[in-house]
Amino acid sequence: MTVLLEVRNLQKHFPVRGGLLRRIVAHVRAVDGVSFTLESGRTLGLVGESGCGKSTLGRAILQLQRPTGGEVVLEGTELTTLGPRRLLEMRREMQIIFQDPFASLSPRRTVAQTIREPLDVHGIGSASERDGKVEELLQVVGMRPQVMDRYPHEFSGGQRQRIGIARALALNPKLIVADEPVSALDVSVRAQVLNLIAKLQREHGIAFLFISHDLSVVEHVSDHVGVMYLGKLVEMAPAKEIYRDPRHPYTQALLSAVPVPDPKRKSKRIVLTGDVPSPMHPPPGCPFHKRCPKVMEVCSKVAAPVVDVGTAARPHRVACHLYA
Amino acid sequence: MSGEPLLSVRDLVVEFSTERGVVRAVDRVSFDVHPNETVGLVGESGCGKTVTGLSILGLIPSPPGRIAAGSIRFQGRELVGLPESEFRRIRGQDIAMIFQEPMTALNPVFTVGNQMIDVLRRYRGLTRRQARGAAIELLAKVGIPAPEARIDEYPHQLSGGMRQRVVIAMALSCDPKLIVADEPTTALDVTTQAQVLEQMVILQREFHMAMILVTHDLGVVAETCHRAIVMYCGRIAEKAEIGPLFEHPRHPYTVGLLESIPRVGEHEKEDLAVIPGMVPDLLHLPPGCRFADRCRRRQPRCDEALPELDGREDDRSRVACYFPAEPPT
Repeated sequence: MTVLLEVRNLQKHFPVRGGLLRRIVAHVRAVDGVSFTLESGRTLGLVGESGCGKSTLGRAILQLQRPTGGEVVLEGTELTTLGPRRLLEMRREMQIIFQDPFASLSPRRTVAQTIREPLDVHGIGSASERDGKVEELLQVVGMRPQVMDRYPHEFSGGQRQRIGIARALALNPKLIVADEPVSALDVSVRAQVLNLIAKLQREHGIAFLFISHDLSVVEHVSDHVGVMYLGKLVEMAPAKEIYRDPRHPYTQALLSAVPVPDPKRKSKRIVLTGDVPSPMHPPPGCPFHKRCPKVMEVCSKVAAPVVDVGTAARPHRVACHLYA
Repeated sequence: MSGEPLLSVRDLVVEFSTERGVVRAVDRVSFDVHPNETVGLVGESGCGKTVTGLSILGLIPSPPGRIAAGSIRFQGRELVGLPESEFRRIRGQDIAMIFQEPMTALNPVFTVGNQMIDVLRRYRGLTRRQARGAAIELLAKVGIPAPEARIDEYPHQLSGGMRQRVVIAMALSCDPKLIVADEPTTALDVTTQAQVLEQMVILQREFHMAMILVTHDLGVVAETCHRAIVMYCGRIAEKAEIGPLFEHPRHPYTVGLLESIPRVGEHEKEDLAVIPGMVPDLLHLPPGCRFADRCRRRQPRCDEALPELDGREDDRSRVACYFPAEPPT
């Protein structure tokens, strides 16, 4: 397997301005030193609760929000220092699917116009070739070509999400960042869209960064799973592994909190106390120590070291003093 | 369940007039809620679960909506057609509501304490000082740390989970006999959801309340409810006690829903079972079963007439299907 994407110590800090002169008074550390690699054709699931920085991470990788530190290497090209023209070229390789299919499609463009747009921007093919491509893409996502001239409001949420996926596929990208792609959909429709994503990956060899707050959805689609907390990756492992044997106390609590549709399985729940601290003032040491049921003295003083508790073939990284 | 039901809904029909015609959001829905039990009202968007909940509190916006037929009896008293002034006395006192988004239920310009004290003075006739004490006690009960300090904060100073706890505390303040909670934890993160749900189960027992939990999440239902009502397109597809419902779902829609949920700890990167197609347009409903178009057990009879719920109201499991999956005997 070849490495498609490598993220090294990525940071995205947002300045917070205050006072009369609108001086920078603090920084929100939305993404604070994240590193990982993604192989081509694989899916990395990224989970965490609201405000953990998972969406910002996705956007920083695509350079939709320029990172404030670290590197993003896609197929050997470092993206963070690229100028606008080279970046536009690289965008062919990386696309995004948004969460809200009602907000991400322009209500004034027909389906065909929406899906064609990336082809127009990048000047791919002749006009008739582009029309042919639109038709082909609609079929790939399971829609009839007859819908080409209709507008987004005529479609349900699941169908809109298919249109968004078709648009993301238009340039044959190697990487798609899917930011909560099924969260706005009902259960029965969600399964249809998840299966579509899985099929596309199999047939087109696209790598996905799949961002979601829903642990069960992430498990279903991912090869590897990363868990984020306050801008940091606290654990990362093969999907099977992280669900069977979660190591970080936060991952353990997160997994135990998922309601299970089985009344007989009264699992032991780890109920966390307190709220997530503000990313403007993250606590010293391990970001999770104030809510951690296994907190030790060292946790509030020293940042947690990243330890590999897996094997060379199946790395399992945890940022926790328990395993140091 | 034996004994007199606390709430008895019979053949409820709720209609909305839209530009395109009259939509029947709830179509002849009947169910009972007994004291101290939690009943889940589950289904996907547009199935009528929220509208059913709202009609119990007389909160259907009219126009465009109206209760076109049916009866809702609470402690033997008919609520349909009750004048607004009478309903106000029931709302909050006897039946309370918890909404999905806590910020819409809280007034942003008053402190938590002010809002709670208002309610307590008005409905329980307490003095300001007594009401403040009672409010602090309630905040402590719903699991808010340092309630003496939190009571003087404004809603925006609280996290989402804390806000929802405040809303729950307000709902409890008049010791209601029934709480209608509409997606109370949907806007919350999983770890916060776990905290709030756990608290709600404890409080329900402590306050001897009945609860109707409106939700799309079958996991939440399995963990908190005694019985559940599965709705599809304004109709009840199946209603049953939690055990039989999850072990042997009978309606093909319930079966499909349960199969299409990916479950934590069962890692399989293969296709999920899918319910094909989409929910039909409420303005153009078929004459027969509304699920028939998506159903794998469909037979000619399904397209002829709407199936009604089988059995009787106090059966452990009832289903509206001509060809349900039969539980093993």
